[in-house]
Amino acid sequence: MAAETIPLAAVVRTPADYRSELKPIWCPGCGDFAVLAAIQQALAALQVDPKDLAVVSGIGCSSRLPAFLNAYGLHTVHGRALPTATGLKLARPELTVLAVGGDGDFFSIGLGHLPHAVRRDVNLTCIVMDNEIYGLTKGQTSPTSPMGHVTKSTPHGNRAAPLHPLMIAIASGATFVARGFSGQPRQLAELIRDGIAHPGFSFIHAMSPCVTFNDTYKLYKEQVYSLPADHDPRDTQAAIRYALESERLPLGLIYHAPRAGQAAAPAPQPFDTTRYLERYRA
Amino acid sequence: MNNKDDLVIRVAGESGDGSTATGEMLAQAAARSGLQVFTFRTTPAEIRGGPVMFQVRASNAPVRSQGDAVDVLFAFNQEAWDLHHADLVAPGVLLYDPENVTPPEHFSGIAYPVPIGRIAQQAGSRRGKNVVALAVAAALFGLGRSKLEDVVRARLGKKAALLEANLAALHAGMAYAQGLAKLDPLWLEASSEHERLVLTGNQAIVAGALHAGVRFFAGYPITPASDIMEGMAAILPEIGGAFLQAEDEIASAMACVGASFGGAKSMTATSGPGLALMSEAIGYASMTELPLVVVDAQRGGPSTGLPTKMEQSDLNLALYGGHGDSPRIVLAPGSVAECFHLTVWGFNLAETYQSPVIILSDYSLSFRTETVAPFDLAKYPVIDRQTPAAPLQPGRYQRYYVNGSYVSPMALPGMTSGQYTATGLEHDAFGHPDYSSARHVEMSEKRWRKLEPLRHSHDYVRRFGAERARVGLLCWGTTAGPCRGALFLAAQQGLPLALLQVQMLAPLPVDAIRAFVESVELVLVPELNYQGQFARLVQAELGIRVASFTQYTGMPFTRHAILHRVHELLGIDAPVEAPGSAVARA
Repeated sequence: MAAETIPLAAVVRTPADYRSELKPIWCPGCGDFAVLAAIQQALAALQVDPKDLAVVSGIGCSSRLPAFLNAYGLHTVHGRALPTATGLKLARPELTVLAVGGDGDFFSIGLGHLPHAVRRDVNLTCIVMDNEIYGLTKGQTSPTSPMGHVTKSTPHGNRAAPLHPLMIAIASGATFVARGFSGQPRQLAELIRDGIAHPGFSFIHAMSPCVTFNDTYKLYKEQVYSLPADHDPRDTQAAIRYALESERLPLGLIYHAPRAGQAAAPAPQPFDTTRYLERYRA
Repeated sequence: MNNKDDLVIRVAGESGDGSTATGEMLAQAAARSGLQVFTFRTTPAEIRGGPVMFQVRASNAPVRSQGDAVDVLFAFNQEAWDLHHADLVAPGVLLYDPENVTPPEHFSGIAYPVPIGRIAQQAGSRRGKNVVALAVAAALFGLGRSKLEDVVRARLGKKAALLEANLAALHAGMAYAQGLAKLDPLWLEASSEHERLVLTGNQAIVAGALHAGVRFFAGYPITPASDIMEGMAAILPEIGGAFLQAEDEIASAMACVGASFGGAKSMTATSGPGLALMSEAIGYASMTELPLVVVDAQRGGPSTGLPTKMEQSDLNLALYGGHGDSPRIVLAPGSVAECFHLTVWGFNLAETYQSPVIILSDYSLSFRTETVAPFDLAKYPVIDRQTPAAPLQPGRYQRYYVNGSYVSPMALPGMTSGQYTATGLEHDAFGHPDYSSARHVEMSEKRWRKLEPLRHSHDYVRRFGAERARVGLLCWGTTAGPCRGALFLAAQQGLPLALLQVQMLAPLPVDAIRAFVESVELVLVPELNYQGQFARLVQAELGIRVASFTQYTGMPFTRHAILHRVHELLGIDAPVEAPGSAVARA
């Protein structure tokens, strides 16, 4: 873009420039407000032009997020944000594409898509707002709910072990794996910013409590800690140790395999039907 | 020697023994020489072993079906004789490998022993059985014999040593055939050379999509649609498009949704089991008004069903698959040429109406080769979706603004101030969620009424046969071929018959169908499924009664089966020629 032709004042965007005219429908205190704000800060930090921003989601409280952003949004069907975002990014590589949603979307109905999005390493940023509960359907157990968790669908306690989202991402070959927390929005914004800047698939696990059906703010505040300054995110073994922790929840860039930028895809070219059909000439 | 202007040769054997390759090369050679060809094949669903057959029908006149009876059977093994001899016309011509086949003593036809394995071996080409068989068949019956070397070169010419061995096998086969005393009267050669294309239904679909401007394809392997995916994988990266082999059909369809949202013309191709999985994505495209083209190459169902047989039993799924009121366009080609035609128009309609389009092909059409006249590309305009005029005012763009056509210009990412969120929730003109009764009424009507012009179109039906007839055949898809053959046979008997082939099943072109139905006394609807899915559709949409004629054998209709049913309907005790008697042909 010919940036020098645009007055400087016009290109300096603030987080507020990424708000849409719609007000979020979330409950007061919902962790997703902080995630939305963090995304807006990350976008402002990178000065992404809203016309070149596309945000894809599935179904759930958190998946309503695209409509609250000044962006092209795709609020799709349950679980399918990643393949939809992959198709969009492949067709329009110059766009900044985010795939957002909840633990139900990415770890239950849509889990099958996650390893494939990871291994393709298409340049997307996946932000999972994990509240360990199905909120929109009013409180059923989720794939990240802890053992013994009592919900409407597990009145006698959850008997299935929770998934380790960070492990799934690392085991699938992700090159950027991070965890943030709604209660620490500044760090979350930095992780999202770095994830978007990462020239491949980036996975950001955002602990985002549901104040109505599973208020984990207090618990998380006791459990979370920032990764020590000497953690080397390129160290796979160390990353796996952190990813497997469940009593305490490390925050920050868990794993990072720096990678070269991807070659720009060639622009669509005209197609010569007559020439193509020559191959079928009798 | 009689010149016979219609010849059906069936090459049968076991998967992997070269019989299919023989048939393919024979069809290629016949087409190259100027004959019109129509091929038909059956294969087992497993990779190794199991009976296969490849049938070539050739003529100087247009051929529109696989042919009812077999003039020449080339049996590579005993099972091939056992399975196929009943389809031979009487007396029939048999070519057989005496090392593997013993014809019964009572066989009344003409039999030529052709030890293909031994001839190949002696020519120094251990794997050249298929080429020997090709040479013998062409030497005995004409069929593009001047083009055999070209075909062998084109198919096997990549490695010099291999080519040399195969040419040796070819010449050995010809020499062997010259030593045979020709006892049968069958001979067919091209009367003139024509400029023609030879391709399969799947290849025509790929070509049509490319002509229409496809720039994104996502798919998942499934018989019989996989080679559409493979064709796209080869070409799209060369023209700046994108290709994705997805992890499943749900991902395939949603990737296409994403690419289409981004402005790329997008397509996926699958068969029944995959279409079932795509139902939710198609409903989403319907709700968000996104262009999307889905090819369903039907096979026998339900469930995994008959993966390598044909059926027309996905009609209901294509028409109604999905929850809620989800409009879509459904097209059905009946021939290879129509695969090209309706794929181009499938994209054009998807873009014009911002709608999912399902193209219903079938197993037989996917793989059969036909000779077609080169497409007159000037007749195939390419239509792109309507986008809003720039500049847009910030916060004012109404993605789903309801206008007279009910089609709203669609902003694409990258357009300044076109930002909106497409949602599967009911929404207002801005795309904002809105569940009010008034909005649901307004937007339901928008989604349905935009397609209303197609119900009154006459562009997606083809009428054939007599202007005035008591019986009218009403059909869709590849059943059109044997129906047209039945028309020809009926005309030879002095029985006028009319045919309407419906190429668009949704929205159903009711005006055109009503005009046809009113022009005849009785309507017969032949189709390849148990329920009579199309007959029920026509009855429901037009409020009329039709005679349903269903077949669910996994095989296409023959012309005679359809004509026989017409006779029954009319109470005519006409002579019905079954395979095994001399038959007139079309």
